[in-house]
Amino acid sequence: MILVELRKLVRRPRTWVTIGLLDALPTLVAILLAITDLGPRAGTGPPFLSAVLSDGTLFPLAALGIVLPLFLPVAVAVVAGEAVAGEAQGGTLRYLLVRPVGRTRLLVAKLVSVIAFVVLTVVVVAATGYVTGALLLGDQPLQTTLTTSVSGSALSATEVWQRTGLAMGYVMISMLGVAAVALFFSTLTDTPLSAALGALALLIASTLLLTLDAADALAPYLPTRYWLAFIDLFRDPVLWRDVVRGALQQGAYVLVFLGAAWANFTTKDITS
Amino acid sequence: MIRTQGLTKRYGSVLAVDEVDLDVREGDIYGFLGANGSGKSTTVRMLLGLVLATSGDIELIGRPMPRAAAEVLPQVGALVEGPAAYGHLSGRANLTLIDAAGRGGTRASRRRRIDTVLEQVGLDQVGRRPVRAYSMGMRQRLGLAAALLRTPRLLVLDEPTNGLDPQGIREMRDLLVELHRRGSTIFLSSHLLAEVEQLCTRVGVLDRGRLVLQDELADLRAPTGRTVVLTPDVDAAHALLDGRSVLHGDRLLVRGTDPAALNAELVRAGVRVAELGPERRSLEDVVLAVTDPDGVARRGPSRVPARGEAA
Repeated sequence: MILVELRKLVRRPRTWVTIGLLDALPTLVAILLAITDLGPRAGTGPPFLSAVLSDGTLFPLAALGIVLPLFLPVAVAVVAGEAVAGEAQGGTLRYLLVRPVGRTRLLVAKLVSVIAFVVLTVVVVAATGYVTGALLLGDQPLQTTLTTSVSGSALSATEVWQRTGLAMGYVMISMLGVAAVALFFSTLTDTPLSAALGALALLIASTLLLTLDAADALAPYLPTRYWLAFIDLFRDPVLWRDVVRGALQQGAYVLVFLGAAWANFTTKDITS
Repeated sequence: MIRTQGLTKRYGSVLAVDEVDLDVREGDIYGFLGANGSGKSTTVRMLLGLVLATSGDIELIGRPMPRAAAEVLPQVGALVEGPAAYGHLSGRANLTLIDAAGRGGTRASRRRRIDTVLEQVGLDQVGRRPVRAYSMGMRQRLGLAAALLRTPRLLVLDEPTNGLDPQGIREMRDLLVELHRRGSTIFLSSHLLAEVEQLCTRVGVLDRGRLVLQDELADLRAPTGRTVVLTPDVDAAHALLDGRSVLHGDRLLVRGTDPAALNAELVRAGVRVAELGPERRSLEDVVLAVTDPDGVARRGPSRVPARGEAA
């Protein structure tokens, strides 16, 4: 069943259109930066963007930083929101269940396929970022470059590679919470749009509350709180605190909402 | 093959299916009749484990449902409330995906089985066209093809001729008869009396959630003990038969089970006979007699149709 879901994912034109669109924005940014040479001042704008003018090897990170706050979670919410509700709307859910596919197995397969989508998207965005970064930005050949960490000390090329890999992994993990929430909503409704919008509403609320001092007590529980912690991976030494908290928090979201999705879906009357 | 006891489904205060005891035997073509909103679809969905019963027991091919779904359902082919497929894929790709999604039916034989069912339903010439471009009739055939993929012992078909043209309905009927001849038991839910009358061997009638009738079609349609006579000389016939006859429209209903003797008697007396034969009740008469047209008597006027029961 997992293989079937993965096949459905890669054979659906929409998957590739979404990834293409996600890729377009960082590429546009790279082109604009290369043409104008106008980076944002250090400490403003998306993370790493001020650094990429001199150092193209950081552009994969900058690209992730560009899509992380909005584009990537929107795409994940849409794909995960569609997972069950889309089948229900199309009528194929009842045929899968009488095939029979166990409801728990179906849910797990859907989660795996959403995770596959996240991995695929992050890898494609980072790879495109690497190519555009190398072609358009940063003049010195990679091997001899000593990249400057966020803390100001030098990182070797291998260190940059390792930490970029870690950062990609962390971005993937950051999306798990949204995926689980959207999947849960997807089992509640027969309209994929409602499920995706429900998950997005949660993210918007979370982003809003984070800007509010009065909501400080809630901050550690908000799903977007630790998203940008991947920047900490480029401090010297690596500042693990928020990264670890973020990963644990996303794990908790997955447990709670996947559990809720399972409880709801396995006892639900399928009337679609 | 299908046996339910006290099967009940309640949606809030609405009783959609009420103490239904179905009995479908091996080799039946069972016609499950009922008006729209009578609870047919809810019953079918409960049989297949999609909707969970409020109370009552279900047995499919001798095993309890939905507990034994994993063993039972691979031997069941189903068409539930219209076909469904992924529009951007071809019919063949859809069948491959649905077959690969669950157990029963090996990968090695998949291609051959798909070829066979596509030919059976007459879709083998369609090629790589995506399902999006199919007509309603073609989608219906594709749905049936999916139901036939693992040569099921039991076919559960909900309104299988919906959306088909007369030619398609005829082909569907021939196909079902052929499948039945090869040993499949067929459970056919429909609101079309004529379809059931032509095809089925046993009939169950659902009225507002209750099974009001379940019997062999042949018994239901047995002669009533009267003979129908159509004659231009109605008055002469009446006089001759002397109280044994009633006029019903332009037909004369005569008590007595021997049409041949009656014919001889009429002709001897010079009464011209246009048509003559034993009276049989039509399925429509039977169904109308057991269903209660306004439902006031049984459940009160406020009942709304069950969820999932398309109008």
